[in-house]
Amino acid sequence: MGHGDAATRLKGAEVGRIFREESGRSLAALIRAFGDIDVAEDAVQEAFVVALGRWPRDGVPPNPGGWITTTARNHAIDRLRRESRGRELLSDVAVLSPGSDDPGNPEVGPVPDDRLRLIFTCCHPALSTQAQMALTLRLLGGLSTGQVAGSFLVTEATMARRLVRAKHKIKAARIPYRVPEAHELPDRLRPVLAVVYLVYNAGLSGSANPDLCAEAIRLARILAALMPDEPEVAGLLALLLLTESRRASRTGTDGSLVLLGEQDRTQWDRALIAEGQAILRRCLGRSQPGAYQLQAAINAVHADAPTVEQTDWSQIVALYDQLLVVVPTPVVALNRAIAIGEQQDPAAALALVEGLEDLDNYYPFHATRADLLRRLGRHREAAAAYQRAAALAPTEAEREFLRMGGRASRRVKR
Amino acid sequence: MAHYMLSVHSVEGEAREPMTDEEMAQSHKQLGVLEQELKSAGAWVVSGRLHEPATATVVRMAGGEVVTTDGPFVESKEHLGGFYIIQAEDLDGALGWASRVTAAIRVPIEVRPFAGFEA
Repeated sequence: MGHGDAATRLKGAEVGRIFREESGRSLAALIRAFGDIDVAEDAVQEAFVVALGRWPRDGVPPNPGGWITTTARNHAIDRLRRESRGRELLSDVAVLSPGSDDPGNPEVGPVPDDRLRLIFTCCHPALSTQAQMALTLRLLGGLSTGQVAGSFLVTEATMARRLVRAKHKIKAARIPYRVPEAHELPDRLRPVLAVVYLVYNAGLSGSANPDLCAEAIRLARILAALMPDEPEVAGLLALLLLTESRRASRTGTDGSLVLLGEQDRTQWDRALIAEGQAILRRCLGRSQPGAYQLQAAINAVHADAPTVEQTDWSQIVALYDQLLVVVPTPVVALNRAIAIGEQQDPAAALALVEGLEDLDNYYPFHATRADLLRRLGRHREAAAAYQRAAALAPTEAEREFLRMGGRASRRVKR
Repeated sequence: MAHYMLSVHSVEGEAREPMTDEEMAQSHKQLGVLEQELKSAGAWVVSGRLHEPATATVVRMAGGEVVTTDGPFVESKEHLGGFYIIQAEDLDGALGWASRVTAAIRVPIEVRPFAGFEA
């Protein structure tokens, strides 16, 4: 977009969208330059106000990210010059970013992307998972505090307090702003990927704003671009794209939950599937399978199958075998049992499921048991299990689905 | 540089797998080595082990007078058993030392930054 007529008709909402796309990088650069998240946030906010006034009139600058960084940096420097504490900070800035004050060329040369440091600070294991998610969406995703609050269905005041507390801890405890070294990376990458996955699932489950799904995919794309050599990062992106391809089919017209087996597969988003599968093929080629790549692979097998019956269940069971080695949890064991129920028969699956009493408070455990019992003709036990599942289910759509006995009548016959 | 307190929290009467004499000796040796490393790295400020809470005495102001009473400030199962005060570049540095302390003594370590103690 340049300085043409289209640009002059630019609406405030569009300025907001472009600004949000670009602001994470600017914010990250400013945090590094000033060593202070609040200073950087205020400065980027001021740049946004300038953009709202200027972009609709003059058009979006050719390098909006560079423009935001330069404008915000100048605002921060102006403001800090007015404060005595700021003058101290400024003397450090000069040391940290020599020559970067040239407003004409803010992004010259191979500038390392500071967003990579930022994500590791936001997802530092010393912060709570809730704080990690909120900080990541606010700072890296460029969402306003109000938008983050809305995403998690809490009040803006509650979210503001959560963010203030987290930022205070970062500052007081000196949580570092750096990319972990190679030997630390496996441990430190785990919470980063978990945060993006949790953000996606919050949107998917209906326990938060569904827009979070798109937000999580955007974050996963950023991470995949920043860490092209980490197969699990690519695996996470592939998993999200493949899951997203079916999201619209998960919900019936009445808002009820539609199981994988009953979904209209012609409605699955083929473009997302193709992209997810291509990314997955590339990362699996590195032969370092991990939890996200294996889950993506399982989803890729489903995406390939025209019907439930034509699904390559042996392949899915084999992938769950591998996943169980990497993530030896009862939830993975439950999903593996479900796949065995399809590959072999419900009796084999039920035998495995009955051994997973640890999942007594996990409603999919009871829903799975109910479904297997129903398929084995043990209707009385099935009804009891559906009831138990419905009592534990977190959302009304899921409770309704389970009260209906898992839609037994509409289920595909096998 | 920032200062951190690594506090060693003990839970009274907690059923923990008691260390054998050999494990105890091993643990002491590890702590000795660790303390030397803390000192040679310039990270060590002070450290110490405390007697059990029953040995504590509290003084407080009441009605304009200082009153002395027996016992710890808060009656609780958890109590401070010992501490290290260290300096580190950032939290990761402090957590690195704390990880080694907990590996040696098998007790959780709380890491807390000092306020206004920049060096």
